[in-house]
Amino acid sequence: MNNFAYTQAASTKEATAAKAADKQAAFIGGGTALIDLMKSNIEQHSLLIDINKLSMLGIENAATGLRIGALERMSDVGEHPLVVQNYPVISQSLLASASPQLRNMASMGGNLLQRTRCGYFRDTAFPCNKRQPGSGCPALVGDNRTLAILGGSASCIATHASDLAVALVALEARLTLESPKGTTRTVPLADFYKLPGATPNIENHLQPGELITAITVPAAAHARKSHYLKVRDRASYAYALVSAAVGLDVQGGTIRSARVALGGVGTVPWRVLAVEKYLVGKPATEENFRAAAALAVRDAKPYEHNKFKLELAQRTIVRALLEVV
Amino acid sequence: MHSDDQTPDAAGPLPQGPSRRSFLKQTGGLLGVALAPPIASQAEALADKMAPASPIISGQASMSLNINGQARNLRLEPRTTLLDALRENLDLTGTKKGCDHGQCGACTVLVDGRRVNACLTLAVMTQGKQIQTIEGLAQGDELHPMQEAFLRHDGFQCGYCTPGQIMSGVACVKEGHATTDDQAREWMSGNICRCGAYPNILAAVREVAGQQAKG
Repeated sequence: MNNFAYTQAASTKEATAAKAADKQAAFIGGGTALIDLMKSNIEQHSLLIDINKLSMLGIENAATGLRIGALERMSDVGEHPLVVQNYPVISQSLLASASPQLRNMASMGGNLLQRTRCGYFRDTAFPCNKRQPGSGCPALVGDNRTLAILGGSASCIATHASDLAVALVALEARLTLESPKGTTRTVPLADFYKLPGATPNIENHLQPGELITAITVPAAAHARKSHYLKVRDRASYAYALVSAAVGLDVQGGTIRSARVALGGVGTVPWRVLAVEKYLVGKPATEENFRAAAALAVRDAKPYEHNKFKLELAQRTIVRALLEVV
Repeated sequence: MHSDDQTPDAAGPLPQGPSRRSFLKQTGGLLGVALAPPIASQAEALADKMAPASPIISGQASMSLNINGQARNLRLEPRTTLLDALRENLDLTGTKKGCDHGQCGACTVLVDGRRVNACLTLAVMTQGKQIQTIEGLAQGDELHPMQEAFLRHDGFQCGYCTPGQIMSGVACVKEGHATTDDQAREWMSGNICRCGAYPNILAAVREVAGQQAKG
């Protein structure tokens, strides 16, 4: 790991100003993703700005729903009674992620900024448009079993790796961002992520120095009846091949509202509005779930080794929906 | 045990206070930005509004880590992980380096009672926290119940993952995540055993969980 300087910021203002002043600086919360990337020489930073002393904690019911401080750790949010009871899909997505040790360390904000597990991105011996813009993408014709079938481009088909982001996108969560000027703005998480297009190295809409300070999730009936199903190569401690975050509000056998998002198949967490729209107003039956799930992969573009995700994604949606009726 | 934990520096005595390098880093970094407005009165007004810039550590710096109840003073670069500080600087080699990327769990230690991967933890960020390693588990010659259980159930073959397994097991039981076999398997999944001693590891963890439940 290259050497770097370190500072512990005393205020959000100090942290964001320091980051804005140095393009090679990075915030460090839990560090589980960052230190790994720096050890692998995928990222190099001149300065790490420790944000752990900033007041960005709290898991609480706000006026419109759930508010989670960006520095809360994955393990604490995953087991918090408010989250377990009212937003089970968030709890389940967190507890299906990583390992207990990593969940104790990793912050919620950092989780949302984790980078792809694409093997070509992770190995500096290969070209990669995300790591080294313009160098090429070996995944298109190489080993692409774990990579994306939705949202890819001729430059990049790297899968987004966060389970949490899939659950949060399904529930229409918003991020609170604070700028070096001290102003705050909120953005829907779904709009925060950027499709790779011709610039896969730019992954989100963060402005220079901007810091994620909180996550808010609207309360809803479909949030209370929600589920996260993660399909992977081994039973625990693995990234998703396919995952589904679903929520249903069913009254008298009829679906009043539905939320469905997929993980492991998209270059960003992939909400499938067509599936949701199909379900609303229909009886909550397995037959309808199957018909709806087929719409999820209508626009998919599979590659040599990941064609299996077309069928697996549909089955994962159906099984997840059956869990919440 | 040395009376002074400081790592001897082959290059001679270490500089006291901020090094030239860290001073340059500071002037070029935070302070450079803060002091950019040239008019003195403006700068003064600005200084009133702003909290003092936090110090930047660059190169080796003195720090104190609390390990197994003892304050240990040492000089480390910011990039030194807790794992390397334990093994290379403090000769606490019970904590093992497996993958060095947070994938195997061999480096598991407790920080403020929570299990973490020491390989992805910067030592500089653990100042002021209580760090417990495998060396701090036994009370003198009396082994911790988890260590006893690993011996009784033969919870290892080569032994390399064992300190991490034991530290993780201690935390797993304390968290209340070892109440069934399935639950314990899931919550011990961050510790990989290449020899495949899993059935015996599971038996050890479950036995200790049972003892604690009985009180």
